[in-house]
Amino acid sequence: MVEFDGVGLRYGPDAEVLCDISFNLQPGSFYFLTGPSGAGKTSLLKMLYLAQRPSRGIVRLFGEDLVNMPRQRLPGFRRRIGVVFQDFRLIPHLSARDNIALPLRIAGVSEEDLSGPVGEMLSWIGLGDRADARPATLSGGEQQRVAIARAVIARPQLLVADEPTGNVDPEMAMRLLGLFEALNRLGTTVVVATHDIHLISRIENAQMMRLEKGRLADPTGALRYPPANRA
Amino acid sequence: MIIPRVPVQHRRLLPDRRLSGPTPWVIAILMMLTLLAAAAGVGLARSANAIGSAIAGRVTVQIVTPNPVTRAEQAAALRRAAAAQPFVLSARAVDREELQATLGQWFGSADGDDPVLNSLPLPALVDIDFVGENRSRHMEQLQALVAAEAPGARIIPHAEWLGPVAQLIGSLAWIAGGLVLLMTLASAAVVIMTARAALGTHFATIEMLHLIGATDRQITRLFQRRIAIDTAYGIALGTVVAAAILLLIGWQWAGITSGLAATASLGPTGWALLLALPLLAIALAALTARQTLLAALKKIL
Ligand SMILES: Nc1ncnc2c1ncn2[C@@H]1O[C@H](COP(=O)(O)OP(=O)(O)OP(=O)(O)O)[C@@H](O)[C@H]1O
Ligand SMILES: [Mg+2]
Repeated sequence: MVEFDGVGLRYGPDAEVLCDISFNLQPGSFYFLTGPSGAGKTSLLKMLYLAQRPSRGIVRLFGEDLVNMPRQRLPGFRRRIGVVFQDFRLIPHLSARDNIALPLRIAGVSEEDLSGPVGEMLSWIGLGDRADARPATLSGGEQQRVAIARAVIARPQLLVADEPTGNVDPEMAMRLLGLFEALNRLGTTVVVATHDIHLISRIENAQMMRLEKGRLADPTGALRYPPANRA
Repeated sequence: MIIPRVPVQHRRLLPDRRLSGPTPWVIAILMMLTLLAAAAGVGLARSANAIGSAIAGRVTVQIVTPNPVTRAEQAAALRRAAAAQPFVLSARAVDREELQATLGQWFGSADGDDPVLNSLPLPALVDIDFVGENRSRHMEQLQALVAAEAPGARIIPHAEWLGPVAQLIGSLAWIAGGLVLLMTLASAAVVIMTARAALGTHFATIEMLHLIGATDRQITRLFQRRIAIDTAYGIALGTVVAAAILLLIGWQWAGITSGLAATASLGPTGWALLLALPLLAIALAALTARQTLLAALKKIL
């Protein structure tokens, strides 16, 4: 599904913020990415959702080499990936409904076909009555829910979420995690970057990757939380 | 293509307010100036041509034989001989009265019996219009004719007097054409700056659209449509103002229609050109916007 081999990333001439990153994400699995602030979680995810090419190494996505992929082929890949950004990135002049519908519209889904799913999604995240509200008039948690709804509405094959529960109460966090889990059960590979230990313990069979100072602490990706068979 | 079709739901991706700030106004001013310069260019070029062809085939033969009787005889003979030639369209002896009337304007005694004017040894003049284009050949033939009928007479081609005027008018027409070109470039520059500014303002939206899989084409169409519409407003405004000014000038011109001034109208081709310019401008603006947008988007991953 996703393969990183000896990947390094540097911004400009500075030292690498990520180095020697190698892992292999299995289709249909659930991954948590943890690590201290500044460890490079967002940077790693950016390469996953094709906002950043690596400075070195090999990245393969859906079986294809991404490093040398021509620009015009990227949109097709991006439509198979759902992203929840750390800073939401909702479009400020669009209503919650239009923000959520965006990936479907970009993919060319007709208005009749998208109104149903978008409406369902709105009520599922508890914003059925705020459908026409602009992001600025929503609370942080509400915006986050809209951002998550937008990421999952098109049923992506890969879901990448950067701190998706940072602004919601624990109960809502669990609810949103449930959404990810449901999607995962339908076959979507999920990668969630988070500091939230409780969240991690809630998903069975989730695998954990830990970043420290730009290096993967457990390159095999086999480390589980809580560590089952370690002292 | 020029104003791309974008689904209504996608249009909302850009906020409703004007995308390009003062651009429509700047474009309106540039369009108005362009049209006025173009109209001046067309008008001047047409009068230069009209004057050029009017004078190119005409000469005046000036007979200065001292004896007034011989002079008149020579003039009459030359007129008759010339009129009989196949290369001459028309030959006309200029009346003594006509000459005196013209000179009188300078001497301040145009109306009748002026002793000074009457005593002047005026030359006899014969105006000759050639047939067709082969002027140097005709000139040689006329010289032979003049040598036979009125030896010592001078042949004065009109192009010698009015030629420089026609040339000057022609140069002005070229300058007007140059101005049209420069203002077209300036308009394109305005559109480029507008497109870049729009991209800058909406960078977050564009990045977002890219990341959820929008193609450069989709994004470009969105912006191109808005910029094309905004500039089309400016172009329409500029065209209306320019047309009003031109019609006003044309109306005043009609009042003094006489002589050379009458040749300075625009003619059907001129008007067609002026109407085509705004349409070309809209197309140019849209294509410029499109190229700018595509080039800028290529720099984003
Ligand atoms: N666009 C950028 N240009 C230069 N340096 C950057 C850029 N983005 C991130 N960095 C640097 O890369 C390092 C890793 O940043 P990153 O955002 O990936 O960390 P993170 O693990 O997501 O942190 P947090 O938990 O606070 O979100 C940091 O030192 C940061 O300063
Ligand atoms: Mg981060």
